Amino acid sequence: MFFFFVRRLLAAVPTLLAVLTLVFVIVRIVPGDPALVILGDQATPEAAAALRQRLGLDRPLWEQYVSFIGNALTGDFGTSLVTGRPVLDEVAAVLPHTIDLTVASMIFGVATGVPLGIWAALHRNRAVDVAARILSLFGLSFPVFVSGIFALLLFSLHWRLFPVIGSANLDDLPDRLHKLVLPTVTLGLIMAAYITRVTRSAMLASLSEDYIRTARAKGVPWRRVVWVHGLRNASLPIVTVVGLYVGILLGNSVLTEIVFNRPGLGKIIVGALNQRDYTMLQGLMVIYCFLIVVVNAVTDLLYGVLDPRVQAA
Amino acid sequence: MSAVSDDPLVAAEVAPPPPSPWKRALGKARSNPTTMIGALICLLILAGAVLAPWISPYDPADQDIINRLQPPGGDYLLGTDQFGRDILSRLLWGARISLSVSLSAILAAMVIGGAIGMVSGYIGGRFDLFVMQVMDVLLSFPSLILGLIVVALLGPDLVNLIVAIALTAIAPFARIARAPTLALKERAFVEAGRALGYSHTRIIFRHILPNITSEVMVMATLWLATAVRVEASLSFIGLGVKPPTPTWGGMTRDGFENILDAPWLAVFPGIAILLLVLGLNMVGDGLRDATDPKLRNE
Repeated sequence: MFFFFVRRLLAAVPTLLAVLTLVFVIVRIVPGDPALVILGDQATPEAAAALRQRLGLDRPLWEQYVSFIGNALTGDFGTSLVTGRPVLDEVAAVLPHTIDLTVASMIFGVATGVPLGIWAALHRNRAVDVAARILSLFGLSFPVFVSGIFALLLFSLHWRLFPVIGSANLDDLPDRLHKLVLPTVTLGLIMAAYITRVTRSAMLASLSEDYIRTARAKGVPWRRVVWVHGLRNASLPIVTVVGLYVGILLGNSVLTEIVFNRPGLGKIIVGALNQRDYTMLQGLMVIYCFLIVVVNAVTDLLYGVLDPRVQAA
Repeated sequence: MSAVSDDPLVAAEVAPPPPSPWKRALGKARSNPTTMIGALICLLILAGAVLAPWISPYDPADQDIINRLQPPGGDYLLGTDQFGRDILSRLLWGARISLSVSLSAILAAMVIGGAIGMVSGYIGGRFDLFVMQVMDVLLSFPSLILGLIVVALLGPDLVNLIVAIALTAIAPFARIARAPTLALKERAFVEAGRALGYSHTRIIFRHILPNITSEVMVMATLWLATAVRVEASLSFIGLGVKPPTPTWGGMTRDGFENILDAPWLAVFPGIAILLLVLGLNMVGDGLRDATDPKLRNE
């Protein structure tokens, strides 16, 4: 088990390096001189030269690359051009909000999607199943900002059940949870819909296996057959989808944060784009990708835990 | 049909060729009500977009300041926005942007991604490993974030929007085209082609391509829904086609700023986006179920 963990973590290193390289390339193939892009067309040549030097853009490309990779690996992403604070500090200040939202949406997605999927699979082609399929089709089709606006209109403005402003005091737990409800449902909707579908088809496959018949024949209670024998064997595709969707959740959190006016990574990235905060953007791209690479590695590790056969492969 | 001979060899020649998997899938999808409703929604929106210059009651850019923020009903069927522009006309014209951006982006991603996947799978070996590693890296970016950064760096305009959305969809097309290519290149007809001295280009495009089109087309329908969503999201963030050109995402954003006074401004474009994505997903699902070999005999 231990070696499986180590091997999987080592395998993430080349991917991380490749991602860093891609970020470096993307930021540099953009047409135009970044110094002029940041300062505007009216900048004096001296000011542009000074900024180029400050950003290290006057050095040879390979030197820039080596120092970029070195700095990124040690967690140094430079300082924001707008606020002058280290990128990592800016990110650390809002990361709890984004993590709250992403983790809560993931829990919402799994907690609604898995039972609904199982229920649909157990009642295949009956009313429950059809309803679950229609609901998941709708869930998959809602762009996050549209469901967010609809939720805001109904639950905050019409029924006044939840606050309009989502920025919560992190030390006040009831407030933090209360303000998390609408954004979580909004962001988790697509994930819940997708997990319902995947759970349904994975359960349909696993419930038709011989071991299910064996378990029933030896008198295992039906509830246990479904939730233990069936679900455990259907869990790999579900874990895969959860892992894949964490990336999508992180991306869509940008929209949720705008609609519910919450602080977070998404808000920072849009701000950095509007203000052309070049170092911030580069740092954020690396941090996003780092998070995704870590999630992918954790997903693979979970495969090993759920299905010991994966470890041997 | 009395002319059909009893001789099995002749009979084999006379019998019509089996329908292509694509035709069979279309036939099967046609009998599925969900697919047909989805297709109807998509066709209605497409018709609205194409006919916009003739059927929209007002010019989408005409400002009627006296009648600003009119609620739905009356002279303006779906109301007016903060500049007094007709919402219905702007929705019809906005459909053109949504559809043209998403269609062009997915077409580009399908051609580029499909070619990368086929060539990579056909060549195989280390080249294939390397290409797929690059695709995995591309896949590890959330599509909205990748689109956001590309549009922001290149500047928001129609072409850059298409480039950004296409870029997010290339990797999945490469993967879906590569998998069947790996199996097809071992088949006897490819070997026969090689023995006949056909060039690799000819084998890939004349002999492998027709066998993977149905998979790629189904993928394209499903990704079209994603492309519509990403385009609308980028416009909502403010990185879409520039105003005053109407886009559904941009209209939702404008409406969101007036949500307390005039909620319908955000609701109507939101419903339009939802309907289009829903319609495309319904069609895509039906086509996928119809082409899925596991479900084919159900």
